[in-house]
Amino acid sequence: MNGAHDLGGMHGLGPIEWEVDEPVFHHEWERRILALTLAAGAMGKWNIDISRHARENQPPAQYLANSYYQTWLVGLEKLLLQTGLISAGELASGRSAGALPDALAARVLKADQMAAVLSRGDQFRMADEVAAKFAVGESVRVLNNHPTHHTRAPRYTRGHCGVVQRDHGVFVFADANAQGNKLAQHIYSVCFPAQELWGDAAKANDCVYVDLWDGHLEAAAG
Amino acid sequence: MSEGHDHSHLSDTELRVRSLESLLVEKGIVDPAALDTVVQTYEEKIGPQNGARVVARAWSEPDFKDWLLRDASAAIAEMGYHGRQGEHMNVVENTSQVHNLVVCTLCSCYPWPVLGLPPTWYKSAPYRSRAVIDPRGVLREFGTEVPDEVSVRVWDSTAELRYLVLPERPLGCEGLSQEDLAALVTRNSMIGVEKVAPPKRAGAA
Repeated sequence: MNGAHDLGGMHGLGPIEWEVDEPVFHHEWERRILALTLAAGAMGKWNIDISRHARENQPPAQYLANSYYQTWLVGLEKLLLQTGLISAGELASGRSAGALPDALAARVLKADQMAAVLSRGDQFRMADEVAAKFAVGESVRVLNNHPTHHTRAPRYTRGHCGVVQRDHGVFVFADANAQGNKLAQHIYSVCFPAQELWGDAAKANDCVYVDLWDGHLEAAAG
Repeated sequence: MSEGHDHSHLSDTELRVRSLESLLVEKGIVDPAALDTVVQTYEEKIGPQNGARVVARAWSEPDFKDWLLRDASAAIAEMGYHGRQGEHMNVVENTSQVHNLVVCTLCSCYPWPVLGLPPTWYKSAPYRSRAVIDPRGVLREFGTEVPDEVSVRVWDSTAELRYLVLPERPLGCEGLSQEDLAALVTRNSMIGVEKVAPPKRAGAA
C-alpha cells in the first residue's frame, strides 16, 4: 500500500532528534506493549507480515503522529479484533467475556518457553527448490506496481533499474505472506546508483542496496 | 473509567495498554511471567555490547572477520548471539573507500540480537525518510563527514535480512584486548551513522 509508512525520499519531516544515553524504554507502557505483542503472536493467528500491515495501515496523519510503540498498540488491537481473539466489547471494557478455547490455551507461552522462542527466532527461509529468475550481475527493474495490500518494494525504487549484487536464497514472499499465502521466492540484494533514484544532484559514487523478491522485479536491458 | 482508581495522571495510551494487558491476562492469551521475560531480555540481556564484541573479534582475528563477512549468521551465532530479528544476518565492512549506513524505510527493521531494540531516532520519520535520499546530510547531523571520494552505501532493510556495519578500526589500538576494543565500539558506529573514535590515551586530558 502507498501509505505514510513508506517514507524513503520524503522531505519536510524535520531534524533527526537523537538522545545521548537513551534508555531502552521511555515509559512503562512501552515495555508492556512490546511484550504483549510478542506474547500474543504465539497464538499463531498472524505472521510478521500480517502484523506489519496492521501497523502501517493507518491514516497517514495518524501514522506520522504516533510514536513507534503507539503504532504497535494500534496494530495489536487491530490484529486481536480481526482474528476474533477478542471482541470489540472486550476491548472496550478491558474484561474477558469468555475463556480461550483449549486448543489456543495450549499455545500460550510460559516464561521459560518465551526465552527459548526469543533466542530461536523465526524461520523465513524456505526449503523449496525454486529456480532464481535473475543472476548476480544482471540488470533488473522494479515493477511499477502499486498494490493496495502490503508490499516490501518501497515506492522510491519502483520503475528504477539496479544490478543484482547477491542472491540471498529462497525466502517466504512477504507481500503474499501478509495475505496468508506462503510463496517461495529468491531475495536479491539489488544495488541502485543514487543518481538512478534521485537524479544528478546525488553523488555519482553513492548507492542504495534494497532486498527485493522475484515478484518485485523484471529483467532490464543491461 | 469509573472503577474507583485515580487514573487521571495517565495518558490515553497508558490507559489503553493497561486495559489491554489486563484483558489478555484475564482471558489467558498471555502469561504475565512470560511478559516479564520479554522485557528483561531486551532491557537487560541483549544490547549493543553484543555487536561490539563481534566487531572487536573481527578486528582481532582475520579468520573470524572473513567468516563474518562471508556467513554472518553462522559467525555471530557461534558467539552466542541469535534469535528474533537476527535470523538472517549480513555484515558490511567500512573501508577507506566505502562507508555503509543501515536504515529500514518501511518500518524499523534492526538486528536485535546484536544491537538490542532500536533507538527512537532510528524508528523516526526524519531518519527513515532521509537516509536513502540524503545519506551524507544525515551523517553530518551525527557529526560524521564522509569525503567525496568515499562511496556511501545505504542498506534499506526491506526483507528479513538484517545488517550490521563493521566499522573501521581506529588508529592507536595496538595492544588493546578484545574487551578494550569492544568498549570503543558504539551502537551508532554499527548502524553506520558514526565512526569509531580512537582510544583516549592514558594521561591525556
